[in-house]
Amino acid sequence: MTMIFGVPLAVFMGQLLLGLINGAFYALLSLGLAVIFGLLKIVNFAHGAMYMLGAFAALLGMRYLGINYWAALLLAPLLVGGFGMLIERFMLRRIGHLDHLYGLLLTFGLALIFEGTLVNFFGVSGARYPTPEVLQGGFQLGFMFLPAYRAWVLAAALVVCLFTWFMIERTRLGAYLRAGTENPALMQAFGVNVPLLVTLTYGFGVALAAFAGVLAAPLYPVSPTMGSSLLIVVFAVVVIGGMGSILGAVLTGLGMGLIEGLTKVYYPEAANTVIFLVMILVLLLRPAGLFGKEA
Amino acid sequence: MTFIKKTLASSIALAAATVMATSAQAEMSDGEVRIGYLADMSGTYRDLAGPGGLEALNMAVEDFGGSVNGAAIDVFSADDNNSADVGANTVRGWIDQDNVDMVAGMVASSVVIAVTKVLEENDGLGIISGSAASSITNEHCTPNHIHWVYDTYPLANGTAKAIVDQGGDTWFMLTADYAFGHALEGDVTKVVEENGGEIVGGVRHPFPTSDFSSYILQAQGSGAKIVGLANAGADTVNAINTASQFGLTQAGQQLAGLLVFLNDVHAMGLETTQGLLLTTGWYWNMDDESREWAERYYERVGRMPTMVQAGIYSSTMHYLKAVEEAGTDDPETVRAQMAEMPVNDFFSRNGRIREDGRMVHDMYLAEVKSPEASTHEWDLYEILATIPAEEAFRPLSESQCKLVQN
Repeated sequence: MTMIFGVPLAVFMGQLLLGLINGAFYALLSLGLAVIFGLLKIVNFAHGAMYMLGAFAALLGMRYLGINYWAALLLAPLLVGGFGMLIERFMLRRIGHLDHLYGLLLTFGLALIFEGTLVNFFGVSGARYPTPEVLQGGFQLGFMFLPAYRAWVLAAALVVCLFTWFMIERTRLGAYLRAGTENPALMQAFGVNVPLLVTLTYGFGVALAAFAGVLAAPLYPVSPTMGSSLLIVVFAVVVIGGMGSILGAVLTGLGMGLIEGLTKVYYPEAANTVIFLVMILVLLLRPAGLFGKEA
Repeated sequence: MTFIKKTLASSIALAAATVMATSAQAEMSDGEVRIGYLADMSGTYRDLAGPGGLEALNMAVEDFGGSVNGAAIDVFSADDNNSADVGANTVRGWIDQDNVDMVAGMVASSVVIAVTKVLEENDGLGIISGSAASSITNEHCTPNHIHWVYDTYPLANGTAKAIVDQGGDTWFMLTADYAFGHALEGDVTKVVEENGGEIVGGVRHPFPTSDFSSYILQAQGSGAKIVGLANAGADTVNAINTASQFGLTQAGQQLAGLLVFLNDVHAMGLETTQGLLLTTGWYWNMDDESREWAERYYERVGRMPTMVQAGIYSSTMHYLKAVEEAGTDDPETVRAQMAEMPVNDFFSRNGRIREDGRMVHDMYLAEVKSPEASTHEWDLYEILATIPAEEAFRPLSESQCKLVQN
């Protein structure tokens, strides 16, 4: 059997694929964070909570309204995104003129409130969300058994990431957005409703998190704390990629998934820390992040 | 002047009242029996004890009649956030300022070891129902605490031995990378090897871990018949879920959950957990007596109790009976009285408190039912065998506890 650094090739390939799938999650979440930070300059600490709310929306929708997975994939982001817009309109906007730190504190506080409220009702053990029927089972790839649902997660996440990048970098709406955050007064003078754009952008970023939440629901137990553990890693990914860089967030997300996957084979004890080591290195050598522009 | 007179008069009246009250309940400190409930009320371990455990404690107090020999029973509670500092400081405050007589609940082993030190220094009394580490009544034993429900020794001894006996003789260990995981891994390794099995590989994963796919893949690659999970709570749940997604059991390997609570199985569902072998200190549906109590609990909480929650009720009842019998809430006297009385109730069979503080009682080897065999939401286990009290726990002859003469 071919060995790579003492690990059979088959195992090595399997780990790379799994790393890529985890990376797709990181990409999706850090993308939403990067959009919100890049365009609104809000450090959204409620992002993990929004991811969790997306998963809960899917779970409760199925339990009480009979909404299936595919409908939830559309409805949960809309619902949570709408909720996010309310938060932006009635809370974040009021502190928009203050230091970034206030937005961070506000969103952090909100995240704790959402989490605490749901813990009160649902506990922390989490609930099972069934894998949709067409995605049950999997493929025997020779070097590993790949569950069909994970293949779907990878594909769906990549498509959404590309779509977002295209929307912001290659369309007129995206151009308005970028211009509106660069110079809001001038854009207002041209008759563009900048506050509305900002609200929509926040809503979109939050909807991305909720979408990731629905994708995650059949993989991990749906529990109120599922977001907070992921959030810190995702922040590290955004810092490594460069705050605000959209393509950077996606590529870094995938890359970090791979690095983490390999660490799990060669030195599993460090799997939770390796991303932070990379972050420290990047901050020392390229403080603006791998894809960020020097300020 | 009048002010001083009034103050004086009322102080005297108060003092007199206190003296009268004390003479009526001669031996109860402050004329009350005070119980403090310490547990993780909001974090990872909330559902196995948490608010449900407090409710179980309140049930015991109510069932006892709300007072002992005329002294009212007062219940305090606090969240330890799974932090040893928070737990130890809370208990210190309870003893110093509130004169709490007994501390109940107690889940995370790290918190418990810190709290028992405080109890020993301040001559308090604690009854531990939640935590797993067998060291609590071994090298960390004190004359001031009792360990009620289970520990890592019977977990390894019950589950691992049963599996090796059934032919599961090659093991891959998936271990949480901290003290509890290492201890459980050690206990399991010993049991497996003593019974003719072999550990062929393992991985120590960070605590906590949400994505187990990589480790499951490594376990699949190892070729071991059994994948042993030396972790707890959310980690176990995640590992079992992931194993199910990757078809680990379909490919012929079997999972051994070494510390699995009822709430974990309920959360994962039977589709995922069916066939899992586990050791438990109690199961709500194991006989009429247990069912009767569990149904009363269910009425109040809306969930079936875990072995920890049942143990909290059982231990509080036993404590209150001992206080009544001894006629005092003095910790040393009550501790001695508790040890003198056998523990036989809906929770504990053939139970007795040993000199190291271990309450030994019958333990049970259970198997998780298949979805077809289960008749309702909480019908989750089938009890396969009873592990007699005297065999289940670490024998005193192997004890390193300072209270045991070896």
